[in-house]
Amino acid sequence: MAVVRYREALNQALREEMERDERVYLMGEDIGVFNGAYKVTAGLLEQFGEQRVRDTPISENTIVGLGVGSAMTGMRPIVELMTINFSLLALDQIVNHAAHIRYMFGGQVKVPMVIRMPQGAGHQLGPTHSHSFEALFLHVPGLLVAAPSTAADAKGLLKAAIRDDNPVIFIEHEYLYGQRGDVPDDGDHVVDFGEAAIRRAGDDVTLVGISRMAITAERAAQVLADEHDVSAEVIDPRTLRPLDLDTILASVRKTNRCVIVEEGWPHGGVGANLAALIQEQAFDHLDAPVGRVTGADVPMPYSKPLEQIAFPHEPQVVDAALATLRDV
Amino acid sequence: MPELPEPDVAREWLATMTLIRRFEERAGEMYARAKVGGFLHLSIGEEATIVGSARALRDSDYLISTYRSHGHALVRGTPPENVMAELFGRVDGCSGGRGGSMHMFDISRRFMGGYGIVGGNLPIAAGFALSSDLQGTEDVTLCMFGDGASNQGTFGETMNLAALWKLPVVFMVSNNQFGMGTALERHSAVTDLQRKGESFGVPGMRCDGMDVLDTHRVIGAALERAREERQPVLVEALTYRFRGHSMADPEEYRTKEQVAEWRKRDPIALFSERLVAERVLDEAGVAALDEAAVARVDEAVAFADASPFPAPESLYDDVYALGDQVRGWYSVDERTPNVHKGEDERSMDHGDVPGREQYDRHAAGAHESSDDGDDVAASRPADTAQGTGAAG
Ligand SMILES: Cc1ncc(C[n+]2csc(CCOP(=O)(O)OP(=O)(O)O)c2C)c(N)n1
Ligand SMILES: [Mg+2]
Repeated sequence: MAVVRYREALNQALREEMERDERVYLMGEDIGVFNGAYKVTAGLLEQFGEQRVRDTPISENTIVGLGVGSAMTGMRPIVELMTINFSLLALDQIVNHAAHIRYMFGGQVKVPMVIRMPQGAGHQLGPTHSHSFEALFLHVPGLLVAAPSTAADAKGLLKAAIRDDNPVIFIEHEYLYGQRGDVPDDGDHVVDFGEAAIRRAGDDVTLVGISRMAITAERAAQVLADEHDVSAEVIDPRTLRPLDLDTILASVRKTNRCVIVEEGWPHGGVGANLAALIQEQAFDHLDAPVGRVTGADVPMPYSKPLEQIAFPHEPQVVDAALATLRDV
Repeated sequence: MPELPEPDVAREWLATMTLIRRFEERAGEMYARAKVGGFLHLSIGEEATIVGSARALRDSDYLISTYRSHGHALVRGTPPENVMAELFGRVDGCSGGRGGSMHMFDISRRFMGGYGIVGGNLPIAAGFALSSDLQGTEDVTLCMFGDGASNQGTFGETMNLAALWKLPVVFMVSNNQFGMGTALERHSAVTDLQRKGESFGVPGMRCDGMDVLDTHRVIGAALERAREERQPVLVEALTYRFRGHSMADPEEYRTKEQVAEWRKRDPIALFSERLVAERVLDEAGVAALDEAAVARVDEAVAFADASPFPAPESLYDDVYALGDQVRGWYSVDERTPNVHKGEDERSMDHGDVPGREQYDRHAAGAHESSDDGDDVAASRPADTAQGTGAAG
């Protein structure tokens, strides 16, 4: 084990997988000479050269499209988009093409590519750079969606994503890049998709946290224990497609209460989807409506205090958890 | 060498370029003091492209720009107070504190905005021109964007439509030699950017973007063609940004010598030397303009600092235009357990909601959010020391 930052863990995964498989290569804006907008690709140009670490023009849809084409013909591209909002420019290639090509061509080809991008609010990047779009990609059949919240998962899931034969939307988090965590040194530290992590065991309420909100949920669980004598179980699904629903349901059957915490918008959100699944599968076990804590239903404002109330913090999670207990 | 305009006009151009320079310098300082957040892109070195072009516009013409657009707001007459207040995220900001540095806007002066998505403003500009056409006005739209943006799909698509529909629009590509850290020749196969519209039916022109007079002359000619002949034109302005792309840029992609070479053609120094040489101003006059600009920026900072943050109950304002068809909409969010009407937000009791705590803390000037953990500095995107870079 070594303590490394989330961004370094991602860098290790890229480096190791590029060493392991020469079909793997990187494309993205300012990932080479500039070392990446968030420095995730630092040093890779130096090690692997311009053929495999490709600075691209600002052409999101086309870069992803090139990735799709080359994934269909034997390569394993990894495309970095600077910010999740810019993936909206590439939605055509991601949804109409990457996600659907295998299906619409009767299974003749695979599209083994990874599209990496950071999301998240809190840095005052305003209404064109701060969103959380897990739900958007979760919506699309044909895509896999990962959203790691720890350095170890960042590394292990990225390695799994690169080795997988499907298009993977790999959602990083701007706030998490600087966070440190224990990461196994082992070159084969792969975290399989579809396995949720139980971050903290508990009996009274299940908190499901998505992306950075897994960490917020864990902190809220600590507050619930310290100040309210409530024992919360915290689950980080880690991947949303495939989703480890079994782990979540097992927890809900034990605690009988559930709150889902996400940074994205409430309507059509990850929590909305998960709440539907939980009530379908475990209705008889629920003692309270499934709670949701989400980002506010607004484009993200720039102004600092306004931005701060537009995405969830621990107190909201604590309140939502207590509300499920009050309903008994 | 283009001729000087009337002395008063020439002095005003110099004064405005100087105001932009001083404003940008101070904005950078305010960023370092965390008064300004997010991404901050400065136009230092590019002042002539802003003033030369905007001064060729009529008041009713539309101007649209990018995320590097404090100067564009200023040149159109938005008071520096309101531009600085926007940077501070205050209610008196020209976008009400909602947009920040990348999203300035002032409809009253037909400054149609700064846009954070590279290439996003191009079709919108053509849309303004389409309106002018449909409405039978003589207004022209001037659309500014960067060399890097000329690689977006929207560039080619917009050129084609503008030419096809004969829209009164001038596209001005401020070629500052880089898109973020990627040099022109590493991002564009055709580096003669004025030619990039030709095959779409948009003829090109070029101006010296370090020379306010040449910029004014060429943009003026292009605007006339667009206005009179309904012929869209692409103008390439050769320029250079003296500072990093944004505040977090270690500038490893260019040499100090290159920067120094371009700095010799500082547009403000060039123009003031010319004005002194032609006796429009003396050295004392130049110094007085500069002092006035500094004083004005001081006032802008004081004003911005005194302006309040937008109130928490304003969070949901203006998500929709509420009217006859849309009386309201229902929302769910983290601050209330129940479904509520977004437009009722203002009448909700904000004393009770947990968000209030965060709001008050940050409005009072605390920098850390409660879950910033041990790495607040490292996770600030624009922290050069940590080498975290900046995406914007
Ligand atoms: C769609 C999109 N992709 C990427 C970015 C990140 N980004 C912001 S500015 C920039 C460089 C743009 O260069 P250029 O068009 O030359 O304008 P300049 O910054 O030089 O003024 C990039 C890549 C963005 N804001 N939007
Ligand atoms: Mg540029």
